[in-house]
Amino acid sequence: MLSVSDLQVSYGAISALGGISFKIEQGSIVTLIGGNGAGKTTTLRTISGLLRAKTGKIEFLGEDITALAPHKIVARGLCHVPEGRMIFSNLTVDENLAMGAYLQTDAALIAKNRDYVFSIFPRLKERLKQTAGTLSGGEQQMLAIGRALMSNPKFLMLDEPSLGIAPRLISTIFEKIVEINKHHGITILLVEQNANLALEVSSYAYVLETGRIVMEGESKKLRADPQLKATYLGG
Amino acid sequence: MSEFLQQLLNGLSLGAIYALIALGYTMVYGVLRFINFAHSDVFMVGAFIGYYVGKLVPEGTLWGGMIVLIASMVGCAILGMTIERLAYRPLRGAATLNVLITAIGVSLLLEYSGQVFFGAAPRTFPQIFPSANFSVGGLVISTNQLAVILVAVLLMIGLQFIVYRTKIGTAMRAVSLNPKAAQLVGVNNDVVISFTFGLGSALAAAGGILYALNYPSIDPLMGVMPGLKAFVAAVLGGIGNIPGAALGGLILGTVETFVNGSQWSTYKDAIAFAILIIILLFRPAGLLGKFTVEKV
Repeated sequence: MLSVSDLQVSYGAISALGGISFKIEQGSIVTLIGGNGAGKTTTLRTISGLLRAKTGKIEFLGEDITALAPHKIVARGLCHVPEGRMIFSNLTVDENLAMGAYLQTDAALIAKNRDYVFSIFPRLKERLKQTAGTLSGGEQQMLAIGRALMSNPKFLMLDEPSLGIAPRLISTIFEKIVEINKHHGITILLVEQNANLALEVSSYAYVLETGRIVMEGESKKLRADPQLKATYLGG
Repeated sequence: MSEFLQQLLNGLSLGAIYALIALGYTMVYGVLRFINFAHSDVFMVGAFIGYYVGKLVPEGTLWGGMIVLIASMVGCAILGMTIERLAYRPLRGAATLNVLITAIGVSLLLEYSGQVFFGAAPRTFPQIFPSANFSVGGLVISTNQLAVILVAVLLMIGLQFIVYRTKIGTAMRAVSLNPKAAQLVGVNNDVVISFTFGLGSALAAAGGILYALNYPSIDPLMGVMPGLKAFVAAVLGGIGNIPGAALGGLILGTVETFVNGSQWSTYKDAIAFAILIIILLFRPAGLLGKFTVEKV
């Protein structure tokens, strides 16, 4: 579904991604794990068009999207839930969801997606008229995912959904991520620092270190890998 | 008492014009985080479009006046979008200082092109709307003043509707808050920015027409002083804040009119800048601006 080949990205003279390649199959949950500064966020930002690749190619559903503007990539069904959530804090929950459906024109589909969002995050329905900035961290993450679902995506990229969220909400949010994948057939690329959690919900994983993929494999196998255990899974 | 009310009325009608111009400064600042110094010259071009279109329609009729107003607003909306497309868009992502200097360049270009095409000598703006004075309880109200207040109020209600009730308005607020997040939900930021310039420039054009109705001598440098004051009004209300710009304009116009009517009338232009200095010292975010706190 998504195929990235030899992707290189740099910030000025500093190289952030030194030529990475990976593939993601339709219907799967794939995770990208790695420490701070490994290039996880850079990878997602380049795929969604916020950053430009120096070289390399990104193909989505068989078409080259490397040079497309972000809004055109969203229109193709690839939606990025950014790190730090980036909800519109001075807009209401309702307006945030409406912004999520910015490119949707089919009112019936918008209503259906809204109902779906409320069915997985009932909390959002209770807070519809509330300013998004006043929500708790966990609720803001729900809103960020809900807003992305409003764009009727085929492919969802989640950047650190566990960041800054109360531990009790983290498991709820990860359950919902699995549910979105299972029942809605949305393919998911998950970026996480919490490698344990990420390997638990995903089927395949790539390990990123200073801009290169150093290891890949089925999540189950990686969880048992002694080297990975020592580095990322806390022994 | 009646003198006070009279001055208040004069002040509010001047303030309404400042408010219309200030809205353009504040909206552009909201989406691009820079001060569009060419905005005051769009105001001037608005008055000149009104001058030339005003010659084509009969003077002193309501429909003629409306045609002049709308033609000028449409003309300036196109001008504003063209300026953004040609001068500012190529600098997207560049340092703010570069854009700011470009804005000063565009401003000078418009002012001196105006001298080439319109001539440097002042011209008399036609009386496009029906003209009459009537007195209500000792107050003298001119139809021009009424036109100012009526048009300004209607435009601000319209703007409020666009910004808070339409999809493009919600997108404007979203882009202003977080341009990256707006892109990620599928907003084409260039379209929103272009729309913002068009909207702001149309309001400046209306301001130009209304200003010229009350001060009917127009020339290519006429935008400089009202433009600066409207900029102060935008800062006073809280730059980037739309209701703030309207409030700032009204306050500034009223204060200026009262100073002008007092023994310190020499300082009527200085007062705006005194207010600017005070606001920057004591409340740099402006009256309605706030430092937003983001929850993480």
